[in-house]
Amino acid sequence: MNNAKSVKLAKLDEKEDYRDGINLDALANEKIALEVEDLSLYYGDKQALFDINLKIPEKKVTAFIGPSGCGKSTLLRCFNRMNDLVDIAKVSGAIKLHGNNIYAPGVNVADLRRNVGMVFQKPNPFPKSIYENVAYGLRLQGINKRSVLDEVVEWALKGAALWDEVKDRLDDNALGMSGGQQQRLVIARSIAVQPEVLLLDEPASALDPISTLKIEELIHDLKDQYTIVIVTHNMQQAARVSDYTAFMYMGNCVEFDKTDTIFTNPKKKKTEDYITGRYG
Amino acid sequence: MDKSLFNQHISRQFNQDLENIRQRVLAMGGLVEEQIERSLEALEKLDPDLSSVVIEKDQYVNGFEVAIDEECTKILAKRQPAAGDLRLVVAIIKTITDLERVGDEAEKIARMAQHIAASMEGARPSKSQFGAVVHLGNHVKVMINEALDAFARMDVDAALKVAQKEAKADEEYNAITRQLITYMMEDPRSISSSLDVMWSARALERIGDHARNICEYVIYLVEGKDVRHISLEKMQELAKS
Repeated sequence: MNNAKSVKLAKLDEKEDYRDGINLDALANEKIALEVEDLSLYYGDKQALFDINLKIPEKKVTAFIGPSGCGKSTLLRCFNRMNDLVDIAKVSGAIKLHGNNIYAPGVNVADLRRNVGMVFQKPNPFPKSIYENVAYGLRLQGINKRSVLDEVVEWALKGAALWDEVKDRLDDNALGMSGGQQQRLVIARSIAVQPEVLLLDEPASALDPISTLKIEELIHDLKDQYTIVIVTHNMQQAARVSDYTAFMYMGNCVEFDKTDTIFTNPKKKKTEDYITGRYG
Repeated sequence: MDKSLFNQHISRQFNQDLENIRQRVLAMGGLVEEQIERSLEALEKLDPDLSSVVIEKDQYVNGFEVAIDEECTKILAKRQPAAGDLRLVVAIIKTITDLERVGDEAEKIARMAQHIAASMEGARPSKSQFGAVVHLGNHVKVMINEALDAFARMDVDAALKVAQKEAKADEEYNAITRQLITYMMEDPRSISSSLDVMWSARALERIGDHARNICEYVIYLVEGKDVRHISLEKMQELAKS
């Protein structure tokens, strides 16, 4: 496995069938929030995702792991149609949120993104006050009543485990906060509009270890109310925070199972090689 | 799973750490085998000096256990091993506990040998009694040897074969017990020495149990399946499924 190029060539020759690694039976006792059906994605001529079939359980944390360029962020971005913003991206197949295909014609993408919030690798607060950052989504919806905003801002900041740190300086500029605080602020901004699903794309990779642990703790708390999908390069993080894990490799979902199973006894050799640090 | 896998990490240091603990388990196993062999010889020849050697050397077995445990803890803390690597570390932590107990049993046998040797000529058990015990001893010695071999080669089939031999050890132990009861009823003066023989046989039977445990860890290590506390048939079925 030391020669990535030869691996790539081998992949193109023998189109491996990965479906037997996807253990959807593990979800037997879960309610399903998102269903991915035969999803393929192309960036121009290049296929980035190959016939992905997956289910994302409701109010659980599902992690996508895999080496760089395996398609995990691409797949995550499909869940709120962020790939629509990429001109050359073309999607086939379906993603159903509670049974409704989000790629069906006539779907209001703004509504979808309110319902399926996203947090990125680098915290991206607006250059406004802490208060206005959290209230932003509500103001977009036309809610301007101060008492409602006050209530939601406090609730969201508490939900993001940030309230105690910022309650006395809500009018300070958000850019003056630490990276870890900014990331939690962005999470507060996402949950202020009460989405069903939170997509986290490497939410802790730009943070120090303590802030990382705080974010992980927060993820753990948030899953009572939200369906969370997280992409992470940090396998230990996936092992710590997620209930289910999907391992992706070169645009395929190679294995999906309970996180405990993936990290103690994966079925696929590729998964084992990756999580034990033999490849990736 | 194949043992060469432990040599393919991107971190070479991790490869070395894992290979190192694997080797040390095998070294510990070698020492334990020697201990069994010496204790059996001491019992057969009623050699108090050889017994002393066994008793003396048990501390090295204990030392191995402590050192390997510490290495495993460090690997868990530093590397957070997953999948096969995690199972290797867990299997090793459990294997060395069993090996250490095997060492203790060997020491027990050596002490019995000393005790019997110190007793009066007429009160010693007969050669035929020893014969059966030594036979049992050789049987469980082979079991330990093959269990360690299965561990070294990560060979599930070999592990299953060793586990099957445990029943024979139990059988022989029961036969020895029945025989000793007869002796004790015939001649109450032999009770004290018969009890010593009985304890030795008991220690050997336990060694057979530990060998089977090690085989179960090998199956867990290779197949990721927990085959403890179930019948041999189920064990076979599960290991092969």
